[in-house]
Amino acid sequence: MTAPAPIPARVPAPVGLLAELTHRCPLQCPYCSNPLELERQASELSTAQWINVLDQAADLGVLQLHLSGGEPTARRDLEQLVAHAAKRQLYSNLITSGYGVTRDRLAALTASGLDHLQISIQDSDPVNADRIAGVPGAHARKVALAGFARALDLALTINAPIHRQNVDNLAAIIEFAVSLGARRVEVAHVQYYGWGLANRAALLPTRQQVVQSIDVVAKARHQYKGVVTFDFVAPDYYAKRPKPCMGGWGRGIINVTPSGKVLPCHAAQSIPALKFDSVTDRPLRDIWANSEAFNAYRGTAWMKEPCRSCEFKEADWGGCRCQALALTGDAANADPMCAKSPSHGEIAKLALVESTAADPPALIYRTPASAAGARSPTG
Amino acid sequence: MTGRERIILTTHSQPALARHVKLRMDDTRQRWVLLAPERLLNPSDTAIAVLQLCDGQQKVEDIAAKLAAEFDAPAAAILDDILPVLQDLADKGYVTA
Repeated sequence: MTAPAPIPARVPAPVGLLAELTHRCPLQCPYCSNPLELERQASELSTAQWINVLDQAADLGVLQLHLSGGEPTARRDLEQLVAHAAKRQLYSNLITSGYGVTRDRLAALTASGLDHLQISIQDSDPVNADRIAGVPGAHARKVALAGFARALDLALTINAPIHRQNVDNLAAIIEFAVSLGARRVEVAHVQYYGWGLANRAALLPTRQQVVQSIDVVAKARHQYKGVVTFDFVAPDYYAKRPKPCMGGWGRGIINVTPSGKVLPCHAAQSIPALKFDSVTDRPLRDIWANSEAFNAYRGTAWMKEPCRSCEFKEADWGGCRCQALALTGDAANADPMCAKSPSHGEIAKLALVESTAADPPALIYRTPASAAGARSPTG
Repeated sequence: MTGRERIILTTHSQPALARHVKLRMDDTRQRWVLLAPERLLNPSDTAIAVLQLCDGQQKVEDIAAKLAAEFDAPAAAILDDILPVLQDLADKGYVTA
């Protein structure tokens, strides 16, 4: 290998790698963070290619590895990847739907050096949970996997995506997550990109429901102090300031898709003007530091008003580029979740109308066949 | 570790890093880091010195005595410094005892 090209001083080294090992998934959650265009199994990177990606990431300064998908356990080589991560001292976090993971498989992953397990749940009520996941019996399998994790003494996070169709159950969901043995609970309001955006009118909670969910989490934090940690992700539709999406574009996180495309965030391919390089034809270090896609919105030089002169521009980095494009038509605009955005009032009105409509539309489940329907305009 | 009670550390506790927490040198940035799910901490020099001694064997008072010798400071003062640090880390699930 030739000496690595130096990284310009203005570019910080990345700390996290989100490895989307596959887009295959047995579940069909209508807020899936995968793109509408799902990559096929035939295009997935090989074991050797992923191991090479892990090496490059570790050399680049990455400390944390998120093994995600789709359903990452659909990859039969997952144990090898976990073992390699451990060898390179990468902190490995397996983000799974919990479907189809046997006790033996989890034991093998733990023996390979897996540091932490994260299981998503759709609700505490099994019937509603299976309805949201789109697969009968999914909930029971998650419960079983949590039991295997407890038996193996493997640290567990329960992630609960929250939306209109389960938000009123939040207190019970938290209690359920704690009963599963979670030492960390993520209460994550759905973010409205891709599949989530396509289903926004069915999923966006009311402002009142969001306020209540904040209160429920505050009470749980108090009740479980020193025993369970809580992370809360708010839905930004009711915010006054945008979230610092990905901690800023190209500042800390690298996302690699199943086929090896390198993205600044998992939704970045929704910006059609950007060209994304692949680990199959360019070194990761070079992509991170010098590629067009990573430099497009890195830092603040690309900003227009009101971001350019904003005192918070290095706190929230203008919010989310994908959301700016989807809702205002220009990825370089301020994220319309910001009160300073000219589109903010319009978005607030839209959120009010959609979240309070008496008859929310049917869910569009995440399947390759429904992607075409999900692409219809929503803004 | 799957206990449902808050751990209260005393001078006799024998703290250890939780199994899912990793303390390592970050060569790229030349500093120690504490890694946990979705968390990346840069502990203070004091916290790092303490964490390196959290092996599940030594008591908090032993750790304080060692640090007192190393930094030439009164053990009682060190104890006052490190107990809240360890309690905070235990409350976040990073340290068990």
